[in-house]
Amino acid sequence: MPMTLLQAEHLHIAYDGSEILRDISFRVASGDYLGIVGPNGSGKSSLIRAMLGLIPVTSGEIRLFGQPLPHFRDWSKIGYLPQRLNFANPHFPATVEEIVRLGCIGQHGPKGRLSVAETAQVEEIMSRMGISEQRRQLIGHLSGGQQQRALLARALVGRPALLLLDEPTTALDPETREDFYAIISELNRELGTAIILITHDTWNIGQYAKRFVYLDKAVVFDGTFAEFCSSAEMTSFFGEHSNKTIYHRHGEHC
Amino acid sequence: MSFFEIFGYGFIQRALIAGTLIGLLCALLGIFLVLRRFSLIGDGLAHFTFGSVALVLLCGVSANWVTYAAIPLVLVGALGILKLTSSARIHGDTAIGIVSALGIALGVILASLSGGYNVDLFSYLFGNILIITRNDVLLTAALAVVVVSVVVLRGRAFFAVAFDEDLARTSGINTGRANVILVLLTALTVVLAMKLVGIMLVSALLILPPVAALQLGRGFLPTILLAAACGILSVLSGILASFALNLPTGGTIIVASFLLFVVAALVGRFRGRR
Repeated sequence: MPMTLLQAEHLHIAYDGSEILRDISFRVASGDYLGIVGPNGSGKSSLIRAMLGLIPVTSGEIRLFGQPLPHFRDWSKIGYLPQRLNFANPHFPATVEEIVRLGCIGQHGPKGRLSVAETAQVEEIMSRMGISEQRRQLIGHLSGGQQQRALLARALVGRPALLLLDEPTTALDPETREDFYAIISELNRELGTAIILITHDTWNIGQYAKRFVYLDKAVVFDGTFAEFCSSAEMTSFFGEHSNKTIYHRHGEHC
Repeated sequence: MSFFEIFGYGFIQRALIAGTLIGLLCALLGIFLVLRRFSLIGDGLAHFTFGSVALVLLCGVSANWVTYAAIPLVLVGALGILKLTSSARIHGDTAIGIVSALGIALGVILASLSGGYNVDLFSYLFGNILIITRNDVLLTAALAVVVVSVVVLRGRAFFAVAFDEDLARTSGINTGRANVILVLLTALTVVLAMKLVGIMLVSALLILPPVAALQLGRGFLPTILLAAACGILSVLSGILASFALNLPTGGTIIVASFLLFVVAALVGRFRGRR
């Protein structure tokens, strides 16, 4: 039986009395590939940030790898790629290789040199992501697609069992976006890495994710993409011309 | 008296040793402050230090003990600034602006109560290498050992926090503790640097050498080493130039660090990096 990696029970999140998310419950097991979509302001990013302890929940419980979130310490098991980084300085003095090596902090700690095995992991993941040639370049000097690959490499270098991606393809052109989804699917298929991916890209995530969650402050739908396309929830939520609505709201259709 | 004879004077020796250490400290801490966009915290701490020194002088503390008496006050102020900047309801810059203004206002009031601006207070405001004592040098050396150790042992954690605090937190780094350590060490550095460059100018020494290094640095370690070199060079050239040209030391150090920044920016632009 697959191990439960993440469990959310009756999550409520509110800021200043304004409701962000209500009564969210779901589980993610090893090998899962969960795509979460929803309109702007539906609470997608808040959900992923709450699951990582970056914002407080009003009520409810989150467990990571069986442990309550406040007691969870083994962050090497988790990889995270945020929607946008706080660093906006294109001259941030970090090379691509240094950023990837930062991903080892979860398992290694901030002290000392990386072990031979960790250095090999860094080399392997940079090669896998196709950024070995850019290793000496400053991260801020890369294109959006290359930056995203470098940051994904950072998230993956510790070989996490669970990878959380918050709108990772927003800044990417269609070709790079396809390439990105292919890499994620390969990780899920070959290494069994569980994926939680938040996106507006309904069509692509529908193609790749094994599970599909439609979020709008609450879980509106949780199932496969095929089930979603023919579901009563979609029709009742979007109205009778639901396929057309998804096309307009997310750029693609079922 | 020839220029080289000045190295025989005790006060110049103390100023050069303390100055080298202060230049190193400001650069090592400043690089993280600049990358974290905490540059203004140095300014806020300096202004809070002004209020603290004015209070200490009003209480009649002797000149030799002013630095040590001000330290606990500034450390408390540093924690207050950090608490305010992390408040969701007040933007960081606004919070620092409030503390800076309060520090200056209290300093002015306390200075007035103690009979106006006397020589002592001016020495702390604009620096006076003549009042650097042997104990100041020893304390600065001790702080330098601590800061270098922290940077060697925890530098990657600070670097990760500077890159992106959320990513650092989800790597298991205690970002709150990293911020506290950074700000407390900066507060201690500001207090110890005030006799050298003065309260009004110390924040520039926290910013200019790191920013000069960022014009040229490629990679984290090279940038830190470059910042340290810029910090030390600024202070040493400033002290010597001030003596040779008979100019105020604090101001000359800052002008020297600004010139270094200009040179770095030009070289960086020449190399295709802005």
